[in-house]
Amino acid sequence: MAATILERPLRRRTARRAGPSWQRGHGRIALVFLAPALLGFAAFYLVPTVRGLWFSFTDYNLLSDPDVVGLDNYGEMLGDRVFWNALKVTGVYVVFNVATQTVLALGLAVLMERLTRSVMIRAMVLLPWLVPNVTIALLWMWLLDANVGFVNHVMEQIGLAKQGFLFSPDQSILTVASINTWRHVGYTALLLFAGMQLIPRHLYEAGRIDGAGEWRMFRQITLPLLRPVLALVLVVSLIGSFQIFDTVAVTTEGGPVNASRVIYYYIYEKAFTQFEFGYASAMSVFLILFLVALTLLQMRLLRASTSDLA
Amino acid sequence: MRKNPARLLAWAGLLAALAITLFPFWWMLRTALTGNANLFDGSYSLLPDHPTPINFERVLGLASPEEARAAGGTAASMDFWRYLQNSVLFAAAVVAGQVTFSAMAAYAFARLRFRGRDVLFYLFLSTMMIPPIFTVLPNFVLIKSLGGVNTFWGLVAPYFFMTPFAVFFLRQFFLSVPGEIEEAAGLDGASRWRIFWQVVVPMNKGPLLTLAIITAVQTWNEFLWPLLIAKQENVRVLTTAMAIFQQQTPNATPDWAGLMAGATLAVLPVLLLLILFGRRLVDSIRFTGIK
Repeated sequence: MAATILERPLRRRTARRAGPSWQRGHGRIALVFLAPALLGFAAFYLVPTVRGLWFSFTDYNLLSDPDVVGLDNYGEMLGDRVFWNALKVTGVYVVFNVATQTVLALGLAVLMERLTRSVMIRAMVLLPWLVPNVTIALLWMWLLDANVGFVNHVMEQIGLAKQGFLFSPDQSILTVASINTWRHVGYTALLLFAGMQLIPRHLYEAGRIDGAGEWRMFRQITLPLLRPVLALVLVVSLIGSFQIFDTVAVTTEGGPVNASRVIYYYIYEKAFTQFEFGYASAMSVFLILFLVALTLLQMRLLRASTSDLA
Repeated sequence: MRKNPARLLAWAGLLAALAITLFPFWWMLRTALTGNANLFDGSYSLLPDHPTPINFERVLGLASPEEARAAGGTAASMDFWRYLQNSVLFAAAVVAGQVTFSAMAAYAFARLRFRGRDVLFYLFLSTMMIPPIFTVLPNFVLIKSLGGVNTFWGLVAPYFFMTPFAVFFLRQFFLSVPGEIEEAAGLDGASRWRIFWQVVVPMNKGPLLTLAIITAVQTWNEFLWPLLIAKQENVRVLTTAMAIFQQQTPNATPDWAGLMAGATLAVLPVLLLLILFGRRLVDSIRFTGIK
């Protein structure tokens, strides 16, 4: 899933409705340009979407031909306590992850913006985001190891008790969320940093002349003018956050018991370890509807908060 | 922040953030260079006690089974060299196909006039909203029925022809190329095809390179699809190999030194990209909202 942030404004100048005659009607040559992409789009996006929707009304299990079962899968979903638990666990994950990530990223972005233009520092900050999730998950599994992990060593040194982290029922999902916060803070900070570049310098100069301190300028200039970018970053973070899978698959596999069994992982398990494709598809349909609703809601809030610059 | 103490404090904060970001990678390398025997002797020194290349030799399949067992690993052969090659091939094939075909499509959407263009474009866009897990199920069924499980083409196929994001991203840039240049070329009778390759592509080298880098990183990090499709050794990629390695090690004490050596191998190419294209990557991320 992707969205574009701070995209360049669509320049419509050249995409005229009625161009000169040579520009009119390129049907045949357009087909040449589009053919490979259309093939890929049909085969791996369009048809699968329709097919996935259809699976959700069947009892497809990969082995035998699917029978239509109507809304049975959706009915099963309503009564499936693991499903509801998975939604709850995902919710906890998303809220904790997005909240910590955004706040820390905002702090980091302000520090970078006020202190340095260094590309090297920005590149270093981005590193965790570029490294595979799987690598990050293994790395933190090792750092957080209950017996010999570095973090527990530090905890002991400063007089705290060793923690189970990923393998403690109370801590596992928050630990997974923290790992991904660590991975995404730099990336999110760079998005916000780019947004801060759009704020006119002279506002800060004026603020300084008025004797405003850093904190006041942050609250009264940066934050209000960054709001549209911040809102967009939130939408993207939230949707991305819902799709937490890799880290859970590598570290906890949903455990202990169901403590970190997030919805994505539950769908994966249902489909690929229990081969309940129909049921898994029904849950994915639910997830899509949920995400679309969430996005629309956020877009509305977004529109309500256009920049004070305009 | 003109006052020096405040500025100093801010720098301290930034440096602390950098330390927290980079230290785990240092610990990974430190662990990879430590023998498993020395890993659990209670030393937490920042430098490895007795640095050794044995873990890298093990995961690259260069150590004999006896050496590997002596170093605390399993005797099972590990061939990260092959997984590394597979990952590179996977990323290279996806970048080549996806960037080329997405650019062609983006050009058609930006510059050519044909019936249903806008409808088709919005259809492309709307699929960006669909979470990958939804299409992964039917895509798996499709590739399986075509006999593509455990083949390289099965691994590459869904990414090869386009992604809605790539088309959308490039279209934005193609729209901003002045139409006059093409118009002149068009009046010269040069074919659309040649205009595209000889004018539009060279003029947009920057965005194309940016997209190629983003796509390479994403493909490199891909996990779920390779997990489903590329199970056998001959097509296994680095990410799934690491996950499998982790699950296979005896559960009492995972082979951390070996795992961290494998993890280091996965980080190195990314680090290389960052060193080569640091500025471009840093500047380009504002175009992405991909998680």
